[in-house]
Amino acid sequence: MVDQADAPVGVEVPAALEMHGIVKRFPGVVANDGVDLEIRKGEIHCLLGENGAGKTTLMRILYGLYQPDDGEIVLHGEPARITSPKAALAHRIGMVHQHFHLVATLSVQENIVLGLSEGTGPFLRSRATRARIERLAEEYGLQVDPAAKVWQLSVGQQQRVEILKALYRDAHILIMDEPTSVLTPQEVDSLFGTLRTLVDDGLTIIFITHKLDEVMEVSDRVTVLQKGKVVATVNTAETSKAELARLMVGREVVFRLEKRTHEHGEVVLEVSDLHASNDRGLPALRGVSFDLHESEILGVAGVSGNGQHELSEVLTGLRRATKGSAILEAKDLTGCSAREIADMGVAHVPTERIRVGTVSSMSVRENLILKSYRSPEYSRWMLLDEKAAQRNAREAMREYEISAPHDGTSAGNLSGGNIQRLVLARELCGSPRFIVAAHPTYGLDVGATEQIRQVLLDQRDNGAGILLISEDLDEIMQLSDRILVLYEGEVMGTVTCDEANIDEIGLMMAGSRREEVGL
Amino acid sequence: MTRPNWLRIERREALTPWVVFSVSFAAIVAALLAAGIFFKGYGVSPVRAYGLIVSGALGNKVGLAETVRRTIPLLLCGVGLTIAFRALFWNIGAEGQLLVGAMAAAGVALFVPLPEVLRLPAMLVAGFIGGGLWALLPAFLKVKLGVNDVISTLMLNYIAAFVMQYLIQGPWKGPTARGFAYTDKFPSSAILARIPGTPIHWLTLILGVVAAVIAFIWVARTRQGFEIRVVGENPDAARYAGISQAKVILVAMLVSGGLAGLAGVGEAAGIHRMLLAPVKLSAGYGYTAIIVAWLARRNPLAVIVTSLLFGVIMAGGDVIKVTLGLPFQLVNVFNGLILFFLIGSEIFMRYKVSIVWRRS
Repeated sequence: MVDQADAPVGVEVPAALEMHGIVKRFPGVVANDGVDLEIRKGEIHCLLGENGAGKTTLMRILYGLYQPDDGEIVLHGEPARITSPKAALAHRIGMVHQHFHLVATLSVQENIVLGLSEGTGPFLRSRATRARIERLAEEYGLQVDPAAKVWQLSVGQQQRVEILKALYRDAHILIMDEPTSVLTPQEVDSLFGTLRTLVDDGLTIIFITHKLDEVMEVSDRVTVLQKGKVVATVNTAETSKAELARLMVGREVVFRLEKRTHEHGEVVLEVSDLHASNDRGLPALRGVSFDLHESEILGVAGVSGNGQHELSEVLTGLRRATKGSAILEAKDLTGCSAREIADMGVAHVPTERIRVGTVSSMSVRENLILKSYRSPEYSRWMLLDEKAAQRNAREAMREYEISAPHDGTSAGNLSGGNIQRLVLARELCGSPRFIVAAHPTYGLDVGATEQIRQVLLDQRDNGAGILLISEDLDEIMQLSDRILVLYEGEVMGTVTCDEANIDEIGLMMAGSRREEVGL
Repeated sequence: MTRPNWLRIERREALTPWVVFSVSFAAIVAALLAAGIFFKGYGVSPVRAYGLIVSGALGNKVGLAETVRRTIPLLLCGVGLTIAFRALFWNIGAEGQLLVGAMAAAGVALFVPLPEVLRLPAMLVAGFIGGGLWALLPAFLKVKLGVNDVISTLMLNYIAAFVMQYLIQGPWKGPTARGFAYTDKFPSSAILARIPGTPIHWLTLILGVVAAVIAFIWVARTRQGFEIRVVGENPDAARYAGISQAKVILVAMLVSGGLAGLAGVGEAAGIHRMLLAPVKLSAGYGYTAIIVAWLARRNPLAVIVTSLLFGVIMAGGDVIKVTLGLPFQLVNVFNGLILFFLIGSEIFMRYKVSIVWRRS
């Protein structure tokens, strides 16, 4: 290994990886603007930044998915050119993407060896492969059955497969892109345990995140990116959440939202004995009943897959209820189509804002009228009124701070936060009485999260009843007036914001009824 | 196998018109080069052959007229296909829809008693409705039962061709056809006028250009066009926005098949003036139109240009046959190669591939 002449005095740990002056331009944006990064061997190094700060782009360059326009990469003291993921793996760099790259119908083992040429001739060395996977799994606490098909696995287990895939390829530097965004609190703990074991064994981990708590909990050092530039690299032990937040956003962040207390009004939505099936025809909702009032946020907590998704779909006309009713303004929503419900002034912020909430290839302007294009406001006879759509887009972009080069930009070119602002701008126009918001801040950075939560609170103060579905318990606790816990399609209980206690909600999420929890 | 490190492959963030044009152009050039091998195989210099095709199809009045004649059905079918493709319905059935349109028109021409002035309009309407209904069949199957659109539309082509074969050999066989498998000649009131001295049935040509313009405005500027685009680009978002995918597909296919049906009316009433064997009535226009629509990147206006290009190629086929004495089927080889390279070139639209000169 080459002598570390560049290393600062007093630092003995050699740099496993250095990136110097990395520049990457995309049409209209500079994603990385002269980024310098130094990663030491055997550390967990967090890359912290808001969405669109350039974290993922930087790591995609390191993993060979993008080529930098300028700058160089130095690995163990030697300049390296990484032209493809294959080249990255040859340099022992592995990456676990935010969205997994697994073949659902293949087994864990098959996914792990996919693309490798092992064994002799056309045959896979099954037994030896399996033994090695099991050894790795045991060593690092990544328990998963090598014979199981990937579609059978939970999201957390699938992530383990991705990590095993990288380890199986002898990765020494492991890039994790927002690994916790899909995990339950327990799975996060287990993941962090794994990461520590890996680091103890000499691996180096780069951890992309925008969650401050995770940075504080897991990392040795942090590099903060803002708008494509490095703002600072600090030792985690010598910093604080507040300092990191300031570095990341470029201003002081108020962690307390303004939540005025006031009387709830009349019942907006009355759900009784609601039943529905999931996509596989199995019961997903089993007799759900609740009331939602004016000026109230009702948080729906639960581990993913316990009926929240189906509940949001039934209430917005995207799924048929098999039994029960949901009365909004004397009308039963279970008999209405998605269009009829939207026309009644029900807003829906869907779980998957990119795949469902927007049309990526269409413009911001067109996405903003996705539901209102038939109204006389935007169409005369059969023709769309482009001018009106443009006016609407300019207004929405200003009011909701959607940053896009212009209203003709494809929605797919926007960052996650801006896409969500677009969805909110569209859904909240015309002050809806009832809002279904599913995972409204999922995957968003601190700045966007704060803004979007405030928007929801403003809607509540204006009299809307909001059903807030989220797996982020902090979000539920922070925003809700009451919290309803779903478990296997049943309501485990409802608690008010004052009596809510995170441990007890956790128990209800795990299937204990409220009475048993002792509230 | 590792990728050589002088090759760089990167995803494009945005697709500019220049990239679309240059990549499509390069694909066609590549197809020309590859087809050259076949000419070489026949002992004809490819350069000479292409020279003859271009001069034969564009260099004189007769060739030009032949080019336009071939362009007409490609234009009508191609515009229709862009609409179906926009709604993400893979209509491979323009050929069958064209044949049904021709049959409907022939039925009206030969067997429906009508005042003379009304006969042609009635034939055009019948052709549009016939082609449209034929296209609605696979649309219904897809919407109601989830039947694969590629397979059902393709299979219906054969059914349409066999029905037509049955008609001309059986019930519709003309008493004046002297035993051949034709219908009788259409009455003069059922014949589309041509530009004198050419085989160009101008009314259909005008209909094709008007259809391209209207389809463009329809897709880009109207409420229904907006729905078609949303359904085609993201069916999940369409469902979320309360847009009925079923309705959009049915409307798009009705129009798509209807325009192919009009092309059939043009061939029957403008060129042959009777109903004859399906392979004689249509030189595979419905299939070639798929390439026309694809090359136009599903833009109805661009079909005006791409259908003309394929009109040249088809007219060139006659030149190949007459001047060089080679089989007309070379045109099919050529069309196949173009589609092959076009589809292959998609990767260059999505990714930027460049060669890196190593710095020492």
